[in-house]
Amino acid sequence: MTGNKINQITGTAVSVPGDDIDTDRIIPARFLKEITFANLGQYPFFDERFNADGTERTHPFNRFDSNRPNIMFVNKNFGCGSSREHAPQSLLRWGINAMVGESFAEIFSGNCNTLGIPVLCAAESDLKAIQQLADANAQMQWTVDLSAMTVSSDQHTVSVEMSDHHRKALLEGTWDSTDLLLENLDQVKHLATTLPYTSGYSA
Amino acid sequence: MAKGTLYNKIWDRHAVCNLQTGYVQLFIGLHLIHEVTSPQACDMLRERGLGVAFPERTIATVDHIIPTTTQLRPYSDPQAEAMAQALEDNTKAFRISYLDPSSNQQGIVHVIGPELGMVHPGMTIACGDSHTATHGAFGTLAFGIGTSQVRDVLATQCLSLSPLKVRRIQIDGHLGTGATAKDVILYVIRMLGVRGGIGYAYEYAGTTTEAMTMEERMTLCNMSIEGGARAGYVNPDQTTYDYLKGRPHAPQGDAWDRAVQYWESVRSDTDAEYDDVVHFQAENIAPHVTWGINPGQSVSLDEPLPEPKKMSEGEKHTAEHAYRHMKLQPGQRITDVKVDVVFIGSCTNSRIEDLRAAAEVVKNRKVAKHVRAIVVPGSQQVDQQSREEGLDQIFENAGLQWRKPGCSMCLAMNPDKLENDEICASTSNRNFIGRQGSPNGRTLLMSPQMAAAAAISGQVTDIRTL
Repeated sequence: MTGNKINQITGTAVSVPGDDIDTDRIIPARFLKEITFANLGQYPFFDERFNADGTERTHPFNRFDSNRPNIMFVNKNFGCGSSREHAPQSLLRWGINAMVGESFAEIFSGNCNTLGIPVLCAAESDLKAIQQLADANAQMQWTVDLSAMTVSSDQHTVSVEMSDHHRKALLEGTWDSTDLLLENLDQVKHLATTLPYTSGYSA
Repeated sequence: MAKGTLYNKIWDRHAVCNLQTGYVQLFIGLHLIHEVTSPQACDMLRERGLGVAFPERTIATVDHIIPTTTQLRPYSDPQAEAMAQALEDNTKAFRISYLDPSSNQQGIVHVIGPELGMVHPGMTIACGDSHTATHGAFGTLAFGIGTSQVRDVLATQCLSLSPLKVRRIQIDGHLGTGATAKDVILYVIRMLGVRGGIGYAYEYAGTTTEAMTMEERMTLCNMSIEGGARAGYVNPDQTTYDYLKGRPHAPQGDAWDRAVQYWESVRSDTDAEYDDVVHFQAENIAPHVTWGINPGQSVSLDEPLPEPKKMSEGEKHTAEHAYRHMKLQPGQRITDVKVDVVFIGSCTNSRIEDLRAAAEVVKNRKVAKHVRAIVVPGSQQVDQQSREEGLDQIFENAGLQWRKPGCSMCLAMNPDKLENDEICASTSNRNFIGRQGSPNGRTLLMSPQMAAAAAISGQVTDIRTL
């Protein structure tokens, strides 16, 4: 099972503003009690989108009934907190397949890597500018371009950055880490024999 | 780039090769799994027709969803029961050792690994839980990972990772009265920020760190992720070896001496180079309590709650959000805040020393009438030890409920939850909105001593004057 090559992602965008949006806010722990990821698309930002009685609250994700955006603009340290892959899984299954932010928490971006979701960073002023444009016009088409390392609409283009490794994996379709790691299983088995603790520190 | 640090030595020793993506393939010495983040990973293995490469290097337990009133199956919550059943089935199918309650070794994954002597200096460790950094207390590189990475470790015993930078956090001197390891880490996170650690492993060092017990070092390392750091560690020393000696999975006899030799060899060199070094003086660290919605938003007992007006634009926005959620005011004293619930437990503060310290505070006192207080030991072993010492009786006599081990109200995946906008003095690690099970519940993070004091007086209380 190799990943598909990901070079460009095109579509509409949603801005979810705020720094340090943690994974408990992205998906509250009570939704982690399902033993598959299948239903998680129903739950992103659940407690920020719905009151206890089920009525809707004001949240960017509630602006869309159909025609959901597939690109998300966020701010600093998005996805901090828990390692739960349920967070990017819920966003992915809701429809998001690229994220642009000022910065991302590491475990969260690592989880996105393994799912083939590009997470890109832009400067604060650029990010605020594209968030404003997306807020003003939900129909605006955006292109996340991993070759050019830009995020652009017909009105605006900003430069973005991402880890070289993550980028290469997406461009080459090698983001499914299990496949790559499995190729070296013989070397792994050899290395294991060189570690003192695997043999109970025998002489 | 850092050179000659424990991080460098362990990383180099465990690096299998560079992958074509540029990531490093890193061997994982110990893999810990639990019921929440492993069932999907096991399904992925089955979908791909893969097995577990090194089943003897993975250990399973049940902690997140387990009820704390009774551990008897079936659990009343059908979803929790399904998770426990899936873990049982998967560990059987993949020949993984499973420490369920019948083993008398069940508990929070980050409590049992160390107490059973499985965590040795110089290891790499992974677990599908962000508080895996706890194990860094033993001089390991320990990573919290997602479920697809759990799949990677099960299938290959490896992770695909980018190297980290290393920041030495040197803490010297004697802690002020009433200050604990919990206060040290809350202070460090406050000073360096919740994103200060992005891209780093934290090496905790200095005379204050060296003087800490292993359990205190675990509290310190546990919250590294709350400061944004992927890993945190303390160099192993005699304190580490004394803790490990005689534990069930610790080496014995001649192997012990060879083990210590290896453990000594992974310590950071005295002339190691770091990407960054910061210094803190322990005398400046007073007891801390969080007032906001992330673990960086804390104050010492000696200060009023901060003014958003004086903050940068981004911080101000988060602070205002925090004040709205917490229903607190700038300028207020944290010691004036009443609490409804007290939770003593979690992978941060549920070990025997934590419980002894909390018991000391509540001994011969009574919990305030309006407070609901629970004590959740970190493991069955901690439970048993506490009973032998009579701690359970001290808590119960004071009016705190003594529960069975698990993660409990740290993240409220079991029946232990806040209701409505209840405010909880909690020894856990996260004060995120909704974290303790109610979307408008409120969490104040603090040390076990401070949480115990809050239970008695019904409000945040200065432990130094109780």
